[in-house]
Amino acid sequence: MDQNLKTELSKHGIFATSFEELYNWGRKNSVWPLTFGLACCAIEMIATTMARYDLARFGAEVFRPSPRQADLMIVSGTVTKKMAPQVVRLYNQMPEPKYVIAMGACAISGGPFRDGYNVLKGIDRFIPVDVHIPGCPPRPEALIHAFMTLQDKISAQHLTGESRPRHLKADLPSEFPVPAFGEHGLEPAQNDEVFLNPLKVIQG
Amino acid sequence: MTLEEISGRLQTGIPGCQVEMVINGSPSAQNSLLIDRHHGLAAARLLRDDLQLDFCSNVTAVDWPDREKTEKIKTKQIVDGVEKEVEETRKTTIPGYLEVVYHLFSMAKKEGPVVLRMRTGNRTDDASLPSVTPVWRSAEFQEREAFDLFGIVFEGHPDLRRILMWEGFTDHPMRKDYVPPPDDDFELSREQ
Repeated sequence: MDQNLKTELSKHGIFATSFEELYNWGRKNSVWPLTFGLACCAIEMIATTMARYDLARFGAEVFRPSPRQADLMIVSGTVTKKMAPQVVRLYNQMPEPKYVIAMGACAISGGPFRDGYNVLKGIDRFIPVDVHIPGCPPRPEALIHAFMTLQDKISAQHLTGESRPRHLKADLPSEFPVPAFGEHGLEPAQNDEVFLNPLKVIQG
Repeated sequence: MTLEEISGRLQTGIPGCQVEMVINGSPSAQNSLLIDRHHGLAAARLLRDDLQLDFCSNVTAVDWPDREKTEKIKTKQIVDGVEKEVEETRKTTIPGYLEVVYHLFSMAKKEGPVVLRMRTGNRTDDASLPSVTPVWRSAEFQEREAFDLFGIVFEGHPDLRRILMWEGFTDHPMRKDYVPPPDDDFELSREQ
């Protein structure tokens, strides 16, 4: 529907919308994150939910204590190799549609601990990430910005056609393989179906 | 009580115990005692019971890899019938070892720390040391950590398992020659 026509109609007290818009509007304003923190970024995440920054304004005040009831996973902090299988398992237990925000330098790349023997170098090696936030730790405003970015992403999703999101495509997976503890590290070290290997991108 | 006195008490109290003073040349001058590992447990008992060092606050380890020492030696050789002084460089390898460091305090006397060291025979098949967990219970988890990250086997430890890395992990990441798996970091493997 033409945007100008819509505004013109609304001036006359007529509200016009599409089912897709209404559906996405409802979804984007009730994104419930999973109660789940890994390190110091979690403290900023908690601050974001409290009265001063008030994430409740965006319909995300209910942090669910169970992955079965959550829509959004905020990976807030360093993911150690020992923790990575549990993070993937929690993600697998969330029902579709589900989204991931990788919060902070550690969650997106390993951050200052990247050279550590025990640190996973970015959670996007195992699960698809929707929004990355840089920062160490990111300020609550940055998390809110990431949240609004996610809302924009949700409201732009089409329910039909080729560009429809993953959860509406029956043949795409909603669960991802949980890495196992190997003799020298995680096996596999990354999920090639999810992770965009920079080496392979450079080589073409 | 000075370190010299402690060293004397150990040598008189435990027959055959070798104690060596390791001098720290830095401004802190925190000297330490190197105790031979065969008398480690007896030395720990004596330190706790007789010298009232009743608290082991810290257990850590150091990896000393094999070192190569180059020396220049001047020798006289006959070259073309003329005696000449020739410089020769000799390389000797000093075998490496693993060293465990204990920090002891006395709550009773409000003294400390007394720093103890023990060294393993080598870094591979003779990497065992006596555990002091039967003497100081606080050493239990920290000795497990040294076992996990350095591969020091503590004999007499009640529950020697990995504590940070998972069961089935075979490496010892804090050793100097540890190399992370190549698929761990793409940026690093690109540089190589």
